Amino acid sequence: MNVPADLRYAKTHEWIRQENDIISVGITDHAQAELTDIVYAEPPKVGVEVKAGATAAVVESVKAASDIYSPLSGVVTEVNDALTSNPALLNTDPFGQGWIFKLKASNPAEIDALLTPEAYTAQIGQ
Amino acid sequence: MSDPALLKHSPLESAHVACGARMVEFGGWYMPVQYSGIMEEHRAVRSASGMFDISHMGEVIVSGPGALAWLESLLTNRVGKLAVTRGQYTLMLDERGGVIDDLIIYRTGELSYFLVINGACRDLDIEWMRGHLPADDSVLLQDQGNDYAAIALQGGDSEKILRSLFPGCDVPKRNGIAPLIPSLLASEGSIPSLVARTGYTGEDGFELFVPVAHGIALWESLLAAGVKPCGLGSRDTLRLEMGYPLNGSDLSRDRTPLEAALDRFVGLDDPEKGDFSGRKALEQQRSEGFPCRLTPLKLSVQGPPLRSHYPVLADGVAVGETCSGALSPSLGEGIAMAYLPEACRTPGTQLEIEVRGRRYAASIATLPFYKKPSL
Repeated sequence: MNVPADLRYAKTHEWIRQENDIISVGITDHAQAELTDIVYAEPPKVGVEVKAGATAAVVESVKAASDIYSPLSGVVTEVNDALTSNPALLNTDPFGQGWIFKLKASNPAEIDALLTPEAYTAQIGQ
Repeated sequence: MSDPALLKHSPLESAHVACGARMVEFGGWYMPVQYSGIMEEHRAVRSASGMFDISHMGEVIVSGPGALAWLESLLTNRVGKLAVTRGQYTLMLDERGGVIDDLIIYRTGELSYFLVINGACRDLDIEWMRGHLPADDSVLLQDQGNDYAAIALQGGDSEKILRSLFPGCDVPKRNGIAPLIPSLLASEGSIPSLVARTGYTGEDGFELFVPVAHGIALWESLLAAGVKPCGLGSRDTLRLEMGYPLNGSDLSRDRTPLEAALDRFVGLDDPEKGDFSGRKALEQQRSEGFPCRLTPLKLSVQGPPLRSHYPVLADGVAVGETCSGALSPSLGEGIAMAYLPEACRTPGTQLEIEVRGRRYAASIATLPFYKKPSL
């Protein structure tokens, strides 16, 4: 299972990528494999405030709907509209084209509480 | 997930694990929900072939001089019209007309019948049947659910595959049943192997019933013939695309077959069908009218996959909830079934389905949702 070294992870299987003060959020390779065929994605709306650990988005496989939790608190600055027409990007490129939303973090210190790639790898038992 | 140790296990479980199955709890059973993916498995059945472990379903053999009369009193449509080797979909109701189970009954001999009941309510069904047996010994009921492994081979390629694996097999016609391999029948005493041309996918296909000891070999021979292993996930989307009801979701003790729009499987107007459990309740309901009817719905807009227990609104007012729902893999549209009041059918009624607080426009569909492309 792919766990890129340049990202930080939430226990609930989301990743973050830091680009200056903008943070991209998505789900991990492990998460997409567990969810299987993703057929629907409901990202948050631009401008909404999200809280660390609270539901920010929903993705659905044929079988089940799963909440996606924001790893950090902040304001949503951009959402990945490509997921509306092609939710399978979450399966095929979870760390790239399958990103879900970007946020401006209101409390960057929360990043320290997230898992390192090593710790996340250990959590998923690899 | 429930502890697998507390669940019932299929005789084919090791084959599922070898095929990379994802196992889940279903109706008290530990069963494969998918292998390669629900979409891929669904498409395999619609376009070629797939196989499902249906060993969780129960097999009951009813025989004896009183078998026919007793089955007529137990089931909703006329058993007497079945010729030997023929089968039909039917329902078993309680006195109030509520659905205990939907099942298939095949006539396997002059005085013998083979019933296939749902896995989740096997024990309850058997208990109900035993509780209603005649006091004399004119009817013999044998619960053979633990003696059979069962595999549904479904899809347009099924007949070709069956013939290649069982040359000389007497291939039954639609809804028919035949011995699978006559020699096996002799070797296993009272457990004959059977092949029925039935299924629950809307495709041509067969249900194969073999003694437990032969189950894995049958699975492996189908696998070697190129049949795709399919789990309960695609079984559910395939049956819902056809509008086939699932007991426990669409059918229950609180609904009658009239409410479930299954009138054609109820012999109320058959002059040769006598009394049966639930008949009086159905007649009363038919004369007095009933509040709701199982209604196929389709999203009119792009939206999330539909699932059970989503609110359904008519002109903004909650009128019911979905009992089955899916994103139809064949159509790419949200489809669902819901018990709705007759008034919702009035043209111009604005129907909506609510998902996570958001309402999506819906309309009443005609069944089957999925129609096979004409050749």
